[in-house]
Amino acid sequence: MKTKPPDSILIWFGELTTRRHLLKRGMLLLMPGMLWLMLFLVLPGLVLVLVSVITRGAYGQLEWVLTLENYRRLAGFSLFGWTADYLMILWRSAVVAFVTTLVSVLLSYPLCFFIAGRPQRTRYLWLTLVIIPFWTNMVIRTYAWFLILSPQMPIARLAAYLGIIAQGAPLYPNAFAVYLGMVSIFLPFVTLPLYASVERLDWSLVEAAKDLYASPVSVFTQAILPQTMPGLSVGIILTFVPAMGVFVVPDLLGGAKYMLVGNLIQQQFGPSRDWPFGAAISMGLMVLTLLGIMVYRRRGKDLETV
Amino acid sequence: MVVDMNQNPNQAADKGLDLRHVSKMFETVKVLDDVSLNVMPGEFFTLLGPSGCGKTTLLRIIAGLEMADAGQVFLGGTEITHLPAIKRHVNTVFQSYALFPHLTIYENVAFGLRARKFPAAEIKKRVEQRLEMLDLSRMARRRPHQLSGGQKQRVALARALVNEPDVLLLDEPMSALDARLRAQVQDDLRRLQRELGRTFILVTHDQAEAMVCSHRVAVMQEGRVVQCGTPEEVYDNPRDSFVAQFLGAANLIPATRVPGGVDTAFGFLALEKEPPWQTGAVAIRPEWIGIGDKQPAVNGIRARVKEIVYRGTNYDLWVEPGPLRVRTSSYRRIDPGRDVWLELSPEELVVLENETA
Amino acid sequence: MRRQHPLTIVVSYLTLLFLYLPLFGVAVFSVNDARRGLVWKGFTLKWYVKLFQNEWILEAAVNTLVLALVSTLIATVIGTLLAIAMDRFPWRPEASSVLDLILHIPVVIPDIILAAALVVTFGLLRMISTIFEPGLLNMIISHITFQIAFVTLVVRSRLVAIGRDVEEAARDLFASNWYLFRRIMLPLLMPGIVAGAMLAFTLSLDDFVISFFTAGPQSQTLPLYIFAAVRRGVTPQIHALSTLVMLATVGLVIMMERMTRRQEKKEEPDVPSAQIDTHGISGQPWPMTPNPCKEL
Repeated sequence: MKTKPPDSILIWFGELTTRRHLLKRGMLLLMPGMLWLMLFLVLPGLVLVLVSVITRGAYGQLEWVLTLENYRRLAGFSLFGWTADYLMILWRSAVVAFVTTLVSVLLSYPLCFFIAGRPQRTRYLWLTLVIIPFWTNMVIRTYAWFLILSPQMPIARLAAYLGIIAQGAPLYPNAFAVYLGMVSIFLPFVTLPLYASVERLDWSLVEAAKDLYASPVSVFTQAILPQTMPGLSVGIILTFVPAMGVFVVPDLLGGAKYMLVGNLIQQQFGPSRDWPFGAAISMGLMVLTLLGIMVYRRRGKDLETV
Repeated sequence: MVVDMNQNPNQAADKGLDLRHVSKMFETVKVLDDVSLNVMPGEFFTLLGPSGCGKTTLLRIIAGLEMADAGQVFLGGTEITHLPAIKRHVNTVFQSYALFPHLTIYENVAFGLRARKFPAAEIKKRVEQRLEMLDLSRMARRRPHQLSGGQKQRVALARALVNEPDVLLLDEPMSALDARLRAQVQDDLRRLQRELGRTFILVTHDQAEAMVCSHRVAVMQEGRVVQCGTPEEVYDNPRDSFVAQFLGAANLIPATRVPGGVDTAFGFLALEKEPPWQTGAVAIRPEWIGIGDKQPAVNGIRARVKEIVYRGTNYDLWVEPGPLRVRTSSYRRIDPGRDVWLELSPEELVVLENETA
Repeated sequence: MRRQHPLTIVVSYLTLLFLYLPLFGVAVFSVNDARRGLVWKGFTLKWYVKLFQNEWILEAAVNTLVLALVSTLIATVIGTLLAIAMDRFPWRPEASSVLDLILHIPVVIPDIILAAALVVTFGLLRMISTIFEPGLLNMIISHITFQIAFVTLVVRSRLVAIGRDVEEAARDLFASNWYLFRRIMLPLLMPGIVAGAMLAFTLSLDDFVISFFTAGPQSQTLPLYIFAAVRRGVTPQIHALSTLVMLATVGLVIMMERMTRRQEKKEEPDVPSAQIDTHGISGQPWPMTPNPCKEL
């Protein structure tokens, strides 16, 4: 790849100038942002990796002794033998994120079709209805479930009647409440990007498929799914990744028994004051997230070549 | 800042454009290959060719929006090769019109004058005059998105012309218009140029457009100018099969030179002029082939009509052997199956000089 | 309109209900005249009044706004410069994609990882200077960090939408660098900058995790306050606060929607030229002349 000498004259967007002059100007504009991101994004990332391999002192301070102890602990090896506790938490987080994403997708498609089927002028009203919860604070949306799941409400009464929970007990904290909370929070994260694709759907393809006697499932997978792939991909990534790291929902709706990775990390930076371990868990979460994205990308590519 | 308050509007008519040995490469592709052209002052000159032939690049080099790798550009005798676009007395009508969406029509048209800090009164006078001339006065306060395609194009024209450029460049300005509007606008454009007497350079792939509007046409292919001349010259005397077929329908007949003419699949055809090659091709346009019941004195071919297509203004006949396309007037319908005599008159046969087999 | 499957319609309504039920619950019980429990005891606005008498809440509200305003301002400026620098200059493709990657990090990773990284970094920076105690400064810095990514993305997409043509046209029409920037680029870019700023502002107001990790005792924000309060026990006052926050959100969303719709209207595609200009340049109806070529 031949590189042009810095002094070469060129015409850039209609302006006659030298490459050097142009890049000098560019650097000036680039500097503030670059510096900031280097200092407060890239550097912290490196620091986090570094901290994950040092030791915690007796009073919670950092002792600069390199060790892999934190990762070993994460994998379950500690003084007291091997426990799967931490790995379970990581696994549970992945499962919760996966299920949340799946359910959100399943509910988003009908919703998107519904909105797309509305007359042109009212569509944005329906969209606004989805956008409002999207922007509402996560803490509020989570604790609001306390009301719905409280003992006097129908759902809790039904569960008590069926013997699932004790009489007069609220339907939280437990796994079910966590899933409810997660889906209600992340649903718009899928709906909005997906809608962008659904709005552009070429329905003639769907009709062509039906015309050719395709079953409803086929119609979906052959005519609809491929066309909505871009929006769906964005929605899935935007849901799965944050869902992996969320801690508000399991904290409020899951309680101490139902911990997810987010809670675990938060603990290390809060009461437990074990930053190295917290850093190590964060790294673990990062790896898991990247894995998830890669797996998704590969499956997505397979689907595309079909 | 360039201020030319005193430029005599007639001065523009004195400045011609001169391109010498212009070449340009993009990555590994030679987009322009040693192009030299001379545009007369006050001429409507068209660069005609298929997409990718380099015509737009050439236009942009003239405008100052691209830099040539080699070659020179002269305007009215002065070299402008190294001048930036803002210093050239050349203005462009872009294919997408590139109107400033946040400005009104008036402000759009006034832009070039304001940028050069003309006095307000002068700007007002000139802009209103142009708007009036292009029938846009009613739209002066509107925004581009409120206008139709044809109106936007007129705004782009006004915006360029108000600056009294020595040369006006038009980059496929009609490609965004529908067919009916296009024909009308072509006529308008021709009249406008004749009225103003200013040099226009048009880039297009539409040969009808080139023929309607231009004083002269340069046909380009793959970065080279393959033929340059008036529309009649280029249409009546194409130099190779590319030009022959690009400008309209043409029957191409491979031929070998023999004394007095050429030898072809149809037998011997007499020619007015000896071809410069040993083997090559001759061409004859469908409307130049005579058709009748009697054998002609020279260059007659016995043929049978295979297919007839009605085009409103004329019939197109496909005859065998050949196949040859013959065009007759709409008064003469000749049914398929009939045998006829074709006359490929020596005056009408064109020797494709640059076409060697 | 396409006929819609009744199942689709039912499921959609149910889904929307699912989304809004909890929020309605909060709003309803914020005006319930009962200290605890879910029995309706009458309409009252006293919980709202109490809000304005609560010092902690007022302080949290002020913190939230100050944090959002300051961080949005700085992030918008930096992000805009960054977007222009990335899109309008001939960098080598490798350099360009590295920067692109860095920019996407805050968007793609779970924000708790970013929060952890920042906490640790501030901890180390504290050894150099005490201004990095957990508090408003740390929060502002952290917010700016993730806001820059979003602002840059929005402004960049606006830059791409503006395209080259308009700039080249301006140059063709004798505009100098400064004239071009002031009269063309800035006005055209403004909607993108404003959109980016609004996005950043809303993200900051909404943020919980990053604020949670970097906040100090004096720099509670509203989301942090609500979280802490809810863990102690839900009170109608909290419902009132939450309802106010929700209303503010609705207001913001409507404002953002209005702006995008107005922008979209301005850039609607061509009116189809089916309305033919029957008046040529000279303003007279077009005569039907055959063979205009002969005029040459």
